[in-house]
Amino acid sequence: MSAKPFSKILIANRGEIACRIIRTARRMGIRTVAVYSDADAAALHVEMADEAVHLGPPPAAQSYLLGEKIIEACRQTGAEAVHPGYGFLSEREWFATALADAGIAFIGPPASAIAAMGDKIESKRLAKAAGVSVVPGFVGEIADTDHAVAIAREIGFPVMMKASAGGGGKGMRLAYSETDVRETFDAVRREAKASFGDDRVFIEKFVEQPRHIEIQVLGDRHGTILHLNERDCSIQRRHQKVVEESPSPFVTPEMRRAMGAQAVELARAVGYHSAGTVEFIAGADRSFYFLEMNTRLQVEHPVTELVTGLDLVEWMIRIAAGEKLPFAQEDIRLDGHAIETRLYAEDPYRGFLPSTGRLTRYVEPPPAEGVRIDSGVVEGSEISMFYDPMIAKLITHGTTRDEAADRQVAALDRFLVRGISHNADFLSALMQHPRFRAGTAVTTAFIAEEYPQGFAGAPASAETTRRMLALAAVEADARARRAAGVDHRLNGLPTDGPRDWVAELDGEQHRLAISPTPEGIAVLLDGTALSLTAVQLPRGASGVMVAEVDGVPVAAQIDRLPGATRVTHAGRQARFRLLTPRAAELARFMLPKAPPDLSRFLLCPMPGLVVSIAVAEGDRVEPGQPLAVVEAMKMENILRAEKAAVVAKLHARPGESLAVDQVILEFAEDD
Amino acid sequence: MLKVLEELERRRAAARLGGGEKRIAAQHAKGRLTARERLEILLDEGSFEELDMYVEHNCTDFGMGETVIPGDGVVTGSGTINGRLVFVFSQDFTVFGGSLSERHAQKICKIMDMAMKVGAPVIGLNDSGGARIQEGVASLAGYAEVFQRNVLASGVIPQVSLIMGPCAGGAVYSPAMTDFIFMVKDSSYMFVTGPDVVKTVTNEVVTQEELGGAITHSTRSGVADLAMEDDIDALLRTREFVDFLPLSNRQAPPVRPSDDPFDREEPSLDTLVPASATKPYDMHELIQKVADDGEFFELQPNHAANILVGFGRIEGHTVGFVANQPMVLAGCLDIAASRKAGRFVRFCDAFNIPIITFVDVPGFLPGVAQEHNGIIKNGAKLLFAYAEATVPKITVITRKAYGGAYDVMASKHLRGDLNYAWPTAEIAVMGAKGAVEIIFRSEIGDPEAIARRTAEYEARFANPFVAASKGFIDEVIMPHATRRRIALGLRKLRTKVLENPWKKHDNIPL
Repeated sequence: MSAKPFSKILIANRGEIACRIIRTARRMGIRTVAVYSDADAAALHVEMADEAVHLGPPPAAQSYLLGEKIIEACRQTGAEAVHPGYGFLSEREWFATALADAGIAFIGPPASAIAAMGDKIESKRLAKAAGVSVVPGFVGEIADTDHAVAIAREIGFPVMMKASAGGGGKGMRLAYSETDVRETFDAVRREAKASFGDDRVFIEKFVEQPRHIEIQVLGDRHGTILHLNERDCSIQRRHQKVVEESPSPFVTPEMRRAMGAQAVELARAVGYHSAGTVEFIAGADRSFYFLEMNTRLQVEHPVTELVTGLDLVEWMIRIAAGEKLPFAQEDIRLDGHAIETRLYAEDPYRGFLPSTGRLTRYVEPPPAEGVRIDSGVVEGSEISMFYDPMIAKLITHGTTRDEAADRQVAALDRFLVRGISHNADFLSALMQHPRFRAGTAVTTAFIAEEYPQGFAGAPASAETTRRMLALAAVEADARARRAAGVDHRLNGLPTDGPRDWVAELDGEQHRLAISPTPEGIAVLLDGTALSLTAVQLPRGASGVMVAEVDGVPVAAQIDRLPGATRVTHAGRQARFRLLTPRAAELARFMLPKAPPDLSRFLLCPMPGLVVSIAVAEGDRVEPGQPLAVVEAMKMENILRAEKAAVVAKLHARPGESLAVDQVILEFAEDD
Repeated sequence: MLKVLEELERRRAAARLGGGEKRIAAQHAKGRLTARERLEILLDEGSFEELDMYVEHNCTDFGMGETVIPGDGVVTGSGTINGRLVFVFSQDFTVFGGSLSERHAQKICKIMDMAMKVGAPVIGLNDSGGARIQEGVASLAGYAEVFQRNVLASGVIPQVSLIMGPCAGGAVYSPAMTDFIFMVKDSSYMFVTGPDVVKTVTNEVVTQEELGGAITHSTRSGVADLAMEDDIDALLRTREFVDFLPLSNRQAPPVRPSDDPFDREEPSLDTLVPASATKPYDMHELIQKVADDGEFFELQPNHAANILVGFGRIEGHTVGFVANQPMVLAGCLDIAASRKAGRFVRFCDAFNIPIITFVDVPGFLPGVAQEHNGIIKNGAKLLFAYAEATVPKITVITRKAYGGAYDVMASKHLRGDLNYAWPTAEIAVMGAKGAVEIIFRSEIGDPEAIARRTAEYEARFANPFVAASKGFIDEVIMPHATRRRIALGLRKLRTKVLENPWKKHDNIPL
């Protein structure tokens, strides 16, 4: 294991995964070559690599997907192997083949395995042949209702009846019993005929309360194929994974053995080597069925690394160089529990709208036990509309699942991201959610079921409120004392004595007394004494404040606003103000402000580019009528009228870049 | 207690009640505080010392003789803000609607005279229905006495006006001549003639709020420097604001303790200027990363947003920031921006506050409206202000500094003390494209030649080194070291001595 498998490799990727691969390569003494598009000229992966080769303009099709250019870059730099990361060229058979033809090693599986697993139907057929359980179903011609009932009985209820030619939910019926099948089969047929001109219907097992569970496999070129336990990726939003963990709180040792064995069998059947992932869907009854195999390194591979202690990238490199795996299935560890959350550039408070722009502040949590951060950005980096909106991955490890989740919450409090919207509060709320903590009741519908109205911040608890108040108050008090230390004073308060305050958190008042003590700061909050020690005040307009509250380390983010601060802690944000008792008394006379009426304006829901404006000044529009198209994150978003109105004034022009909430057009006032 | 002492207590209590419980309740119902309550929040607790509590009006016309209320509609005196002396007046709407009588004006004048003598700011809390009409010309005389003092005090002591209720007619001209105006949203308005008169004369229908509310004046007209949420917000933020101001032109700007390192590096500033010359970026980020603790007290954020002005601190010392904002109108100078920044520069210069200028300016805004509304004389205001300023002036060009706008923005030629440029700076008469089309007019038909010429021009001028080679730029600096450069520069300039030739006063193009 000491010899270097390669002396130089090229990483055909960008962002966090490129950085992560470079780190391992560097540790192994392998020199690295990065590739980059115009948009990434100043990116972290380019800076970290020993060399970098420019590919082309920002769109992936003109840069990161140019296999020929990447092979040319290998020749030019003398790279002996290519790691494709995930996405881009990682699962393109032709790329793996082209590399082989060029005599360059592909740090991944054989091209034939990529091809075999790349086709949905073919992969299912192969899986079935290899003895892997696939979703039971009947694809042949179904004669009539009686036949359908018989098939359903054989598969086992519940079943889903679907139009063979269908899609998009049309011609689909769920049946829990024979009666359901009898009553609805003909209707499904009719709908299929009407919608798709084809009345063929197929029946398959409906997996209830489904979980997404996948098995990591690792094989060498010498016939050894092992599984490295499962990952549970059930928490998804619109098929986008948000949280991944290993082990799954749902999987029993028997289930793990069975799933692992099937995954290894499938890998063996396609002559697999390198790292790969076999995805399953699992039902509440612990039945599990093959979905697909990903013939590459997964985004969520770090959770497996933390519980097994293996560096998957290292082993991919060694395997590509022909090394043998020096351990066997029984050597694979499963230590403690690891959780990964994905920090995305999207605004959970506004329907998860994508966000792009510059990271004006970006401070990762400081190194702590059981905390790993995989990222490819630094303060000042740009989250561009051309690529994946993932900013970073936060991976925690603990002896128990609760410990790993607690470490997530603590690390998210210390993860400072400004300049764009992000989902850190949402992730923190997920990590604290009782249903998530219970573990077994999580399904792929978790987010849809728990946040049907969207996200409005993690629920406030007495504990988190107290901590938010204590930290925000001590910060504001420190500023007040500093202000009182100005020169040219006539008189003034001593800056080190006790002070009485009233703290206002989202308009609610709390009595407070703050006195410096030799050990730190004593806070009396609504009659409860708290002691703050090891206080670190935030620096800058936005910063992280840390203190031990009664011995417990607590962090909160403080943003300075005109006349107030915004405090963020444990997935919740609140507006904070520190008032003298007299000011607090008089604040009662202030009138509550009605939120401004914005219904007369069409506001830009996300930062983006105006593609077109479909109306002119003076036009009368009806509800649902398209008004403008705004492009963001490669997506064209059609903005529609919510009510009938007359367009009074256009404020934006096609081609213009708009910020969130910028006015696109204005409607006339109602008559 | 001695009877005379009791009598004093009784009189004080009566005076403090102003217009009485009923009117106080009415004031509160409108979400407004009384004159004395406002001072309690503005000033350090217990620091207010009232003067002229027993002053009464001297009017006997129209039955005024029967209604006499001690204090006569304005509370005056002095107190401290974070221990520093300020003089205050606070108009009491519960007493004759806060209307200004001869005696009311005398009270204001008294504290203004005092403030001038000792060198301390005057903060006026305006909440007045206008002139005391019953007094006629005596009331008008009162206004003029105040106006005269506003003018004499201008540039000697800072004057801050809070508009916390009505302020109409001639009354607007006292705040207008003070240094800063803060208005309270939904409860204050300022106009010379109100909606009724406007309707009669021009037939325009407009609400008080639209004509002269806090939003109107802090966005469209630029009359107000800030629009505050409510009385409490306005008073607390005024405290924060006054912390930046020197007590007078005879005293150095205030210094507060700071533990923000003078040499704090900000690596992200190295990527602030985007690779594409046409892509904007937010200049706030630079100011926040340079100033102590990220603190930037911005003035007029929603008026002429193509230029940013406001106060911050470097190593605890107050500085004024002026910066072009590429996010708005590409950072062009226009009439509103020139007036906004010109006035701010003059305030800083009058009160010995060093000026830090960040430049990214593609030029003056072209347009018929600009020319016809006098961009020539208005643009000259900013030029004039920078040129006459003798305080320490440090300039950093981040990107574009084109044409006459380059000269204006605290250039070396206008006695800039330290003129730095980032490596991304482009100092030229105009952008490459425009320049080539003029220099090589004959080749315009040949796009290839034009492209080549453009590249040539860019290679020559799209950098700071031509200007540096002439000594117009003192040093090309690393963006991440901007705070250290400015902090060291300010330390060295603390002993700067520079005087303009004697004159009665200058003749700035008004």
